[in-house]
Amino acid sequence: MTGDKMRISLTVNGETREVDVEPRWLLSDVLRHELGLTGTHVGCEHGVCGCCTVLIDGGPARSCLALAVSVDGAEITTVESLAAEDGQLHPLQESFQKHHGLQCGFCTPGFLMTAMPFWENAEDMSDDELRKEISGQLCRCTGYSGILASIHGAAAVARERERSDSSRRIAEQDVDQ
Amino acid sequence: MTTKMFGAPVQRNEDPRFLTGKGRYVDDFESGAYGAAFLRSDFGHAKILEIDVAAALALDGVYGVYTHADLEGVLSEPLPLLIPNPNLFAPRTQYALAKEEVCYVGEVVAMVVAKDRYIAEDAAGMIFVDYEPLPVASDLEGASQVGAPVAHSDMDDNVNGRVAEEKGDVDGAISAATHVFEWRFEIERAAAMPMETRGVVADYDTRTESLLMYDSTQAPTGVRGGLAQLFGLDPDNVHVVAPDVGGGFGMKVIQFYPEEVMVAWASRKLGHVVKWIEDRREDFVGSNHERGQVHHVKVGADDEGHILAMDVKFINDAGAYCSYGLIIPIVTAAQMQGPYKIKNFRYEFRNIFTNKVPTSPYRGAGRPQAVYVMERVMDRVAGELGIDRTEIRRRNFIGPDEFPYEVGVMWQDGGNVVYDSGDYEKGLDVLLEALDYPAFLADQKKAREEGRLLGLGIGCYVEGTGIGPYEGALIKILNDGSVTVAIAVGTQGQGHETVFAQIVSDELGVPVDRIKIVSGDTRRLGYGVGTFASRSAVVAGNAVLKAAQTVKRKAAEVASRSLEVSVEDLVFADGRVHVEGAPDVGVPLGQLAIISNPLRYAFGKDSEEAVLLAQRAYAGSDRPLPEGTSPGLEATEFFSPKAGVFAFGTHAAVVEIDRDTCNLKILRYVVHHDCGKVINPMIVDGQVQGGVAQGIGGAFYEKFEYDEEAQLTNATFMDFLIPYATEIPTLELHHTETPSPLNPLGIKGVGEAGTIPGAAVIANAVSDALGQPVDKMPLSPLILFEMMHPSLDG
Amino acid sequence: MKPPRFEYHRPSSRDEVAALLAQHGDESKILAGGQSLVPMLNFRLAHPDHLVDINHLEGEASEPELGDRWVTFGPLVRHVAAERSLVVEEEVPLLFEALRFVAHPAIRTRGTIVGSIAHSDPAAEIPAVLTALGGEIVARSARGERTIHSDDCFVGPLINALKHDEWMEAVRFPRRAEGEGFAFEEFSRRSGDYALCGVAAAARPSGSGMNVTLAYLGVGVTPQTIEVSARPVSEYQHPSFFGELEGLVHAELRPYDDIHATGAYKRFLAVRLGVKAARRAVSMGEPA
Ligand SMILES: Cc1cc2nc3c(=O)[nH]c(=O)nc-3n(C[C@H](O)[C@H](O)[C@H](O)COP(=O)(O)OP(=O)(O)OC[C@H]3O[C@@H](n4cnc5c(N)ncnc54)[C@H](O)[C@@H]3O)c2cc1C
Ligand code: FES
Ligand code: FES
Repeated sequence: MTGDKMRISLTVNGETREVDVEPRWLLSDVLRHELGLTGTHVGCEHGVCGCCTVLIDGGPARSCLALAVSVDGAEITTVESLAAEDGQLHPLQESFQKHHGLQCGFCTPGFLMTAMPFWENAEDMSDDELRKEISGQLCRCTGYSGILASIHGAAAVARERERSDSSRRIAEQDVDQ
Repeated sequence: MTTKMFGAPVQRNEDPRFLTGKGRYVDDFESGAYGAAFLRSDFGHAKILEIDVAAALALDGVYGVYTHADLEGVLSEPLPLLIPNPNLFAPRTQYALAKEEVCYVGEVVAMVVAKDRYIAEDAAGMIFVDYEPLPVASDLEGASQVGAPVAHSDMDDNVNGRVAEEKGDVDGAISAATHVFEWRFEIERAAAMPMETRGVVADYDTRTESLLMYDSTQAPTGVRGGLAQLFGLDPDNVHVVAPDVGGGFGMKVIQFYPEEVMVAWASRKLGHVVKWIEDRREDFVGSNHERGQVHHVKVGADDEGHILAMDVKFINDAGAYCSYGLIIPIVTAAQMQGPYKIKNFRYEFRNIFTNKVPTSPYRGAGRPQAVYVMERVMDRVAGELGIDRTEIRRRNFIGPDEFPYEVGVMWQDGGNVVYDSGDYEKGLDVLLEALDYPAFLADQKKAREEGRLLGLGIGCYVEGTGIGPYEGALIKILNDGSVTVAIAVGTQGQGHETVFAQIVSDELGVPVDRIKIVSGDTRRLGYGVGTFASRSAVVAGNAVLKAAQTVKRKAAEVASRSLEVSVEDLVFADGRVHVEGAPDVGVPLGQLAIISNPLRYAFGKDSEEAVLLAQRAYAGSDRPLPEGTSPGLEATEFFSPKAGVFAFGTHAAVVEIDRDTCNLKILRYVVHHDCGKVINPMIVDGQVQGGVAQGIGGAFYEKFEYDEEAQLTNATFMDFLIPYATEIPTLELHHTETPSPLNPLGIKGVGEAGTIPGAAVIANAVSDALGQPVDKMPLSPLILFEMMHPSLDG
Repeated sequence: MKPPRFEYHRPSSRDEVAALLAQHGDESKILAGGQSLVPMLNFRLAHPDHLVDINHLEGEASEPELGDRWVTFGPLVRHVAAERSLVVEEEVPLLFEALRFVAHPAIRTRGTIVGSIAHSDPAAEIPAVLTALGGEIVARSARGERTIHSDDCFVGPLINALKHDEWMEAVRFPRRAEGEGFAFEEFSRRSGDYALCGVAAAARPSGSGMNVTLAYLGVGVTPQTIEVSARPVSEYQHPSFFGELEGLVHAELRPYDDIHATGAYKRFLAVRLGVKAARRAVSMGEPA
């Protein structure tokens, strides 16, 4: 029965997906090739580069070091879930664009998913703390300074957005009256 | 006219795609493809006695297992030599699959195609190869000696090429010099290690005998041409697409890596899509390295520290094969004099085979070695003569009024090295001011009194960029008023989709986000060279400019007929062409595109209007398409530079070495940089910061550990240490702009600048901190420990 | 780099795990957080015929448990739970401090404390902490249960005292006692890497002074201990302590060369890190 498949169920980006997998298949491969979520990248398959980082039950984890069978029943969040349905970028994503936090983009999904749990608090972190928090993610293009600025500045992007949203709402109300 | 885009820190067009996971890298294509795996040599050098594939073939889910015996015709011969050179007298290139001899650990021996990669790996593990080990040429210097084991058993020694040149009279100048020094400098191998490994997806359609290949390459056009030739196909039936590429840094530019041939071949053989994605372990031993060189330098100087003559003999580690010819050592030799005026200069290099991974340019391409040697020489001469390190550089700089400056040696394209423009002393001044050099000297004095090891390293460089032969651009104004530009160079994250759009935006008055750049797809543009050697912005950028100008002329002609005004009175702005001084009288570009292609039918409202306008536009003509015009608003132009253009800069690092751990901490890293006119400063800064990170990585973290059998013993990211954010400082960046007179945009390349002085700067800084020469790179805490405590060693 | 084939088992109870091991023994591997095992599978350095996935055991605690003498970690307590646990911070401060040095946040969300012990990597932090504190493991098989003291647990590189049919059901760290002090020091090339050398120090009141156990990682095939005999606290701060520890390190540690550090360099580090850790541990503790 070694090559036999097993049916597992994953909640991926909020949607329940049943997949038939071989026990040895890596979660990274299942996400990419069985579920078509190619935003999760694979750079080393031994846990060091962090390109494949997704959220497993809310915590950032390497999808290349998880057997898909072993996370049966788990909630998986990938980069594809961050932007709004209408395409509006998540504040963290927008901040990456604003601060030139990416070049080739290959490492980017991993950095985004790593920062997802803490980006709102990142502006209060010291430079050293923030660096430590994203150690474990390799980027070969940027030399990291743009990435650090992006994560650091994401909360400000979110605030800025809220401010302009509310001023727009006020303006709309003014028009209505 | 709207605000000028050239020179603005415009946000990148490509980012939303990458940020949302919609980038398309090679492994994102064809999820139903068969999976390929390669069996690679475990030996540095061995004879293949027998290969038994029976067990592998019998495995369920395996569709093919191939060895050299399966190859026929040209495919059974060695792969092409990419850059031949008359001085390369003993070239060797590898076979698509090893024939009788393997010459490095990692050389491909057999290929498996199976239902998926998992099964392909199972089968590859079941192939039995009987090897007879041969003596191994491992260490570069050892391999260069007479009587060393040979890397190729059909050769008598390991020298495959030799080049020597002299300007002036080196022997005379040295014998006349007051001070003569002789030093040895060594630099080890390094590698690009992009986060995305290589990969190929080939789809051979046996009905139409045509091939479509996705390839994570920096030079799709070359791969296409080469494959067409190898497979005997009409080039129009072969297309190679370099989709989004997750970093390349030079390493992805070889035509061919064997896998590029074999995956296409297997797809033809099996009539099915075949995919091979290199894994990281393969990447360590299957994708090219660079950098390994040993230099013996003799320097003559006067009392003031003027370098009167330099005599350099060096060897370059070619690895096991040399499909890239002699390019690396040629660049080293050509760039060694850097920003300095050295009247008498002689070099001789020998290119040496070793039983290690072949080499080809990696970001910097021979220059980091040159700058390391020259800048160590500057610091050492300064030290010997008691001259300040900045002063000695000033005394030797080429003056700002001496351009164009003939360097007196040969360039990689065979011509002479001629610097187009520069102001090296001003660059140094900018750096020193940012650094506050006097303050550093005071800090250092104080630190020394406290027993702390503080050091400063400076490195100046000149970087030849933007080499030919040419690049092209095909620009189209579409009916909706947006613009597409096809360029042949691929992209590997340098922001081509933005900087080229900026150039076009300024010409055509179309917003940057309405301009789509399509790169590296031979279906769009058949002629081009590739993205490497910091050439894309310069060569393709100027081609884009030319194409934009041509299409602008066309659009203006159409507009002039439609609006019945002369071409000189037209203004391109906000996606429209209007009459000067009368912004309301104009036509949107999209309508001009429709008008320019007089069809009989109108599709939609816009074109209804346009058709009416077109009738006016062509009213005076005897036919719908006036004589001498062509339909559509499109233009293809090529730019071929007369010569390379030379960027320059100076980097400085302030470092401290911890006495308890022997670890190096970079306290500050300051950069002065000049790449002529800057298209997008945000992107240029990013290129420099990223390049410096690679320079630092190569200087202190990334070290290949080869043993005497030429086995790479640290082929994982656990043991080969690419720095994380915790190890790389944020740079302090300063620019000057000395435009190049050699191209209309006045730009120079920037892609490699950050990396080039890395080894020099760190070596000089550590040497300054420890008060000892550092003449072997890279360093590590272990090496620093051994320098600081020689008696504790062993 | 894809795992080889294996037969997959997903026990839901501890008894089932023991039964599977009784049946498949040395042809099997336990899969916990997978942060060490899966890389080995991907490199095909491990090829078990049977994989026993304990991630779906029912009713397992995800947090450490506080007992009278011990803080106990069940097989599914992840590093991240330990590093966020107040119990660990207060009762096992040495482990709390050391966890910051273990890999990266995205590894620690999956990696388990028990897995780190079971993996028995001589360069890993947590085995050294267990050794410095004198903790114990609970080994379980169909034959029954036994406890193994940390001194007897680690046998060689990636080798421990478990028999083929045994697995680690739990790890126990002793609760901090009155007057004890702790410190952890290491030197690694990059943040989160395995250390070239590291040391876990536990200082305990003894007479009017304190003694210190230094458990080193990265310098031998298992964690290596050096006992610093009881002395007044002030003596630790004295310059002569450096020389004394240097003597002990040279007498007792025989580190071998690896690609990042020679034995000589590791000894050099061991002295300096040891002095630092001992001094800090002592100053955190309080003699009786
Ligand atoms: C990039 C990276 C960096 C790392 N850096 C460090 C570091 O600096 N320091 C460090 O200590 N570790 C490091 N690790 C390893 C990591 O901490 C591992 O998670 C840990 O060593 C093993 O825990 P696990 O639960 O993941 O075990 P697994 O990987 O699941 O198992 C490891 C081994 O233990 C066995 N095992 C697991 N649980 C049990 C059990 N209950 N009973 C019997 N056997 C069992 C398995 O069979 C296997 O042989 C790193 C890992 C990565 C990928
Ligand atoms: S691919 Fe998973 S960490 Fe590199
Ligand atoms: S952007 Fe290319 S690896 Fe990070």
